[in-house]
Amino acid sequence: MESLLLSAQIAWVHLVSKPKQTLIAMLGVTFGIGMFIAMVSMMTGLNDLTEQLAMTSSPDIRIYHDITTERVSIAEKLNPGGITYVHHQKPKNESIKVRGALKMAESIRQHPEVKGASVLLNSQVFYNYGPVQLNGTIAGVDILEEDKLFDLKSKMKEGRIENLITNQDGILMGTGLAKKLNVRAGDRVVITTPQGFTKTLKIVGLFQMGIGAVDNVKSYASLGMVQTILEKEKSYITDINVKLFDFKRAKAIAPSLQQAFGYKAEDWETANATMLLGVIIRNILTYSVAITLLVVAGFGIYNILSITIHNKLKDIAILKAMGFAGKDVKQIFMIQSLVIGFIGSVMGLIIGFVLSLLISKAPFDGGDFLSIDHLPVNFSSTYYFIGIVFGILTTALAGYLPSRKAAHVDPIEILRG
Amino acid sequence: MSVLRAHKLSKYFYEPEKFQVLKDVDLTVERGQFMALVGKSGCGKSTLMYILSTMDTQYQGELEIAGTRLTDQDQNFLAAFRNKHIGFVFQFHYLLPEFTVLQNVMLPALKLGNKGKEEVEANAMEKLNMLGMKEHATKLSSKLSGGQQQRVAIARALINNPDIIMGDEPTGNLDSYNSDLVFEIFQELTHTYQQTIIAVTHDASFAKRSDRVVEMSDGKIINGF
Ligand SMILES: Nc1ncnc2c1ncn2[C@@H]1O[C@H](COP(=O)(O)OP(=O)(O)OP(=O)(O)O)[C@@H](O)[C@H]1O
Ligand SMILES: [Mg+2]
Repeated sequence: MESLLLSAQIAWVHLVSKPKQTLIAMLGVTFGIGMFIAMVSMMTGLNDLTEQLAMTSSPDIRIYHDITTERVSIAEKLNPGGITYVHHQKPKNESIKVRGALKMAESIRQHPEVKGASVLLNSQVFYNYGPVQLNGTIAGVDILEEDKLFDLKSKMKEGRIENLITNQDGILMGTGLAKKLNVRAGDRVVITTPQGFTKTLKIVGLFQMGIGAVDNVKSYASLGMVQTILEKEKSYITDINVKLFDFKRAKAIAPSLQQAFGYKAEDWETANATMLLGVIIRNILTYSVAITLLVVAGFGIYNILSITIHNKLKDIAILKAMGFAGKDVKQIFMIQSLVIGFIGSVMGLIIGFVLSLLISKAPFDGGDFLSIDHLPVNFSSTYYFIGIVFGILTTALAGYLPSRKAAHVDPIEILRG
Repeated sequence: MSVLRAHKLSKYFYEPEKFQVLKDVDLTVERGQFMALVGKSGCGKSTLMYILSTMDTQYQGELEIAGTRLTDQDQNFLAAFRNKHIGFVFQFHYLLPEFTVLQNVMLPALKLGNKGKEEVEANAMEKLNMLGMKEHATKLSSKLSGGQQQRVAIARALINNPDIIMGDEPTGNLDSYNSDLVFEIFQELTHTYQQTIIAVTHDASFAKRSDRVVEMSDGKIINGF
């Protein structure tokens, strides 16, 4: 312990007697860690936002009747193992109705990991804006059930979700769509179904999910009303949306639901695969850039420490002659590299934090797709912890080789002069 | 009672060609003896001193100091042994340039770790005072003249009160006043405190006044066995 203290004192004298060299070595680490923090904060901020938006725009698990699922042709079914091959088979003319959806939803709600399940009826519609027809969708829902899943109340910009219950012909419209149609709450809008059915509805509220893909096309209406305009029976339901307590479990649970009910169960990750691909790419980018920076900083430390040791061969020989052992000498230089690594990393964390702060304050227009005015930045302490651990590990590694060399210096070779 | 015994020490250099520097050197030094080692330049005095000081382990023969056999011991053991039992003053290199005079003198004692910092500092000041270097204690050692550095190096060699103090021309850079001062110190250490001195010297009068003169020539001891 005392010898460690003595080594630290000697290391300290070495560091402060060459302040410029020490500072340059530290700045290498600072730059690496600072960039890592800034990048990782921004990238994970974006990732979190993307994930959150993916969550908002789709339920954890969506159950529907996938009529495009590949099916075995009759010819192949009747002659298994034969040479028959049916090319370019088209889907059957099936209804996309999910049979027994209400019962199904009821039994899904019993699942211990399920937070809620709601049934809905989704349809393409045209929103008429004078002579122009805007393509969009309408979702017939039990609005209270839907609110439990998606927290719609907090997303309302105008009006209240309960208006949909009191008003049979009411709809809640996405803000982007309302803007395109130049309408406000209280206005009327005419919609046309693909089957040609036309109806005038009253806008009783506006919502904003924060994602263009939803806000620019979607409206909510009561389930009964949508069944009416589609001219379908009361049990006609196309989707069951499922919300879990832990959304990360969706991928694991979806297949079991598909198995149990015989309908397609799609988890949110699969549904938003393209969007989430960005997350993976950003992660790869962040970590490869950060590791490159740290390796470069590591080489810098290796270099500077090697030069220091070369310049101090005489001192090392004198120390050894006075009775310092190889491990004491190693300790002296290891301490130097760790001090460089620690101070450099801490400065890097500070710089990284300031950079992240600046990024988070800079105005940024998310355009049509995202309704954000600043870049999202993640200030999670985890990355600061990773940063300092990485910084110190790199410098320890970079310092180890030259330090070991110093430990093996033969004092006699140097003292013979 | 002998404090150092060397038996049949031989040393070869292989660069640029094989060459025997030391040839079966036998040497015994008594405790409290002030011994001078003399000989022509290049006869192997420094080479012998490096072996006796345990820093050079590439030799044949046997070495024992203060009752401990040192041949074939590992480097860590030898480092600790040097720290406690041997003080060394080099022929060319003396001090750590980035440390103050006082720090240089204190280092071996701090490494030994037997005494607290205050006590070590007081001892170091006392040694510096003895060598007339007290006023320079807080100076950076690189700011001293060669002779001043040599005196600080002597102070440092004394700090742990080692059994043997070895000097390779410890007064080589000193004027006659300081040379006499060092001589008196060495005499007091040996005769009063029973420490042992082995000093290489080219100074005939310095050698003559010591207890024993050992003369080397061409890798062998030819006088003063
Ligand atoms: N590293 C080395 N490699 C090869 N030969 C060496 C080496 N060091 C010393 N020698 C040779 O060994 C011999 C003894 O050298 P040493 O330094 O011991 O002499 P010395 O008696 O101390 O001389 P001086 O009084 O000049 O200091 C010399 O001939 C020298 O050339
Ligand atoms: Mg010599």
